[in-house]
Amino acid sequence: MNRSDLQTLGERELAKQQSTGCRLLCCGSTPCLSSGGTAVQEVFKGILKENKDLKAELAVVSTGCMGPCSRGPLVRVQRQGEPDVIYEKVTPELAQEIFKKHVSGEDTNQAEANILPGDIPFFSKQKKVVLANSGLIDPERLEDYVAQGGYMALANALREMTPEEVCSEIIDSGLRGRGGAGYPSGLKWNLVRRAKTDKKYVVANGDEGDPGAYMDRTLMESDPHRVLEGMAIAGYAVGAEQGFIYVRGEYPIAAKRLEKAIRMAERRGLLGSRVMDTAFNFRIDIRIGAGAFVCGEETALMASIMGRRGQPIPRPPYPAQSGLWGYPTLINNVETFGSIAPIINNGAEWFAGIGTAKSRGTKIFALAGQVENTGLIEVPMGISLREIVFDIGGGVPNGHTFKAAQTGGPSGGCIPADYLDTPVDYDSLRELGSIMGSGGLVVMDDTTSMPDVAKYFMEFCMDESCGKCVPCRVGTVQLYRILERVTAGIATRNDLTIMEELCTMMQETSLCGLGQSAPNPLLSTLRYFRHEYEALIKDDLPLTSDRFALATSSALPRQEVS
Amino acid sequence: MSVVTLTINDELASANSGQSLLEVIREHGIYIPTLCHMDGLSERGGCRMCLVEVQGMRTLQAACVTEVAEGMVVTTHSERLRKYRRMTLELIFAERNHVCAVCVMNGHCELQAVAAIEGMDHVRFDYLHPDLSMDISHPRFGLDHNRCILCTRCVRVCDEVEGAHTKDVMGRGINCRIVNDLNQAWGSSQSCTSCGKCVQVCPTGALFHKGVSVAEMVKRHDFLSWITLGREKNEWNYTGQPPYYATERRKE
Repeated sequence: MNRSDLQTLGERELAKQQSTGCRLLCCGSTPCLSSGGTAVQEVFKGILKENKDLKAELAVVSTGCMGPCSRGPLVRVQRQGEPDVIYEKVTPELAQEIFKKHVSGEDTNQAEANILPGDIPFFSKQKKVVLANSGLIDPERLEDYVAQGGYMALANALREMTPEEVCSEIIDSGLRGRGGAGYPSGLKWNLVRRAKTDKKYVVANGDEGDPGAYMDRTLMESDPHRVLEGMAIAGYAVGAEQGFIYVRGEYPIAAKRLEKAIRMAERRGLLGSRVMDTAFNFRIDIRIGAGAFVCGEETALMASIMGRRGQPIPRPPYPAQSGLWGYPTLINNVETFGSIAPIINNGAEWFAGIGTAKSRGTKIFALAGQVENTGLIEVPMGISLREIVFDIGGGVPNGHTFKAAQTGGPSGGCIPADYLDTPVDYDSLRELGSIMGSGGLVVMDDTTSMPDVAKYFMEFCMDESCGKCVPCRVGTVQLYRILERVTAGIATRNDLTIMEELCTMMQETSLCGLGQSAPNPLLSTLRYFRHEYEALIKDDLPLTSDRFALATSSALPRQEVS
Repeated sequence: MSVVTLTINDELASANSGQSLLEVIREHGIYIPTLCHMDGLSERGGCRMCLVEVQGMRTLQAACVTEVAEGMVVTTHSERLRKYRRMTLELIFAERNHVCAVCVMNGHCELQAVAAIEGMDHVRFDYLHPDLSMDISHPRFGLDHNRCILCTRCVRVCDEVEGAHTKDVMGRGINCRIVNDLNQAWGSSQSCTSCGKCVQVCPTGALFHKGVSVAEMVKRHDFLSWITLGREKNEWNYTGQPPYYATERRKE
């Protein structure tokens, strides 16, 4: 398939969609499916089966994520010549009503209450670039993606751009890695491109593990071809012929859809040998993780792909110099790859025009916690935290007040209410002791205890430490035990001193990012909510029996070896 | 091979490019503690004892896995580094049951020696007292998880030198354990060749010869370089060199 074939395919599909009188788009992403979305889809499909004559004018499409996940299952009704109507919390009964109103044309207002207005700040404050197709196309159909201009960026890059030009386009766009660290993507691409070896690899990191974060999953579930296209462009730019997508084992739907997408793209000649009738070959394989958070760290991830124990190795050498099997490897987050096609299509200048001077483009956040509208949002960089929490998120429910926002998961920190007007970008959040991270954003209200939050994240890091380096393996356990004492009200001032000392030591001496950033939630809550810790500390505490029990209890279960 | 010049502790030093920083530091007679490094094995960078300050680097670097570079400015001992080394040792001692008084390696132990040199005289963290087992199913050797510091020298020597790969690490984080084959009793292992190299490279009393009592287990710390390089050097009889830390005394 070459570029004109691609264009024809897209136009034909678009015409077919436009000739359909009514399209019922049902969200088929994990949050909506788990809240009963399957039953709703069954109702629509049942109706379609019973009324064969409707086939020409009605289409039921299972799409990707639409955004406001707490309001699921969501159904979007697209009628030709009319604005879209989105229904929230759709039940099978409601689905019947929706069908009656929009397809049969009956005068029923039963479903009126469940209409989600399209002009609320939740939608209007967002800017969809990576998620542009999400919720509008069927992720399991290649044609749907092509109809939206999909694979055009790859076709253009292959035909009209040299690998150098692709790399410089990415550099000019100012795109920074979306996995959290924010390294300029174009520089990384250039490093791999310049390496002179016979083999190179491209790896997409879809091992998303932060509690409450599901940006990568949604992107892979809702628009898998976009990730594949980004990877193929990267493969062309750096000179790789093999790509891997590392998908977390807990994401079976994402893996299934990606697999299907790869198969379909290969069948059409958009991946595999001689991509789009050019001399460029690019194969993509999926690797499924086995449930280790640390495998999101790039060196551990590569060890896992190679079938080794998922443990990080010290850098340098960086993967761009020596990665998979010792060859230069380009490793980026799936969201980074998702941003590539729009940059190639619209130009670096367009992308650089979004966001702030140092953080360009948009970022997807998974908005969770004590906020009215939880869900998946994509916002331009530099938007204030206040706009995210109060405009898009709709504020804190049940009359409570905002206390803090946790960004970056177990590697990030808590941002208190005083800093609500901080622009959300890589550097501003780092200054506050947090990080942008991969995009988890948990809002906490005044009922939340900060030492509890710190304890929760420390427990997470303790469980997920790989055990290779001493500061992380033992340090997380020691910090967790101190936090356990703090929250139980039996800690002394000395505990607090040791805790702070240990935090700094872990940050500076741990081998990989997991250990280096594990103290961040604790340090940031100490920085902004020290009084909460102080209130729980008791000086001159007698050595009571429960304090003694906690201090001497074994944190480890007995483990039989042999 | 080109020669690079670097500064170690305010003194100029020259080295061959490609050498590790640790090698160069030791060549220049500077003591720097290590626990997971062993001459003749691949580097791991996990014990974090050989961390040094390198000017211009954001983080501390483990000397064993850092290559020397032209113009590098390295500090091997500073107040900060000493403090971190002591804290790392404290964490190791708190992790498992390191009771020197009843250990087969008392007096010959690398961990004990390094702790003494670094001046780690007390542990401020909670002793975790894990309830760990011992594996004495092998006819000649024993494995005591209570003394293990997970340096994985045994894993590497078994894989890289003996080629058996009997030993590996199981579990994650604080639950990591050294296992034989797929967590079998050592004595029932089909792959173990009973070569005993793992015992010789172990820095603590975690691996020992059966039949030794407290303080009786002495290991040949340079055993590995003798068997791997002895032929080249025409060293047919094992004479033994004092370990790198033997002459170092605690400095305050």
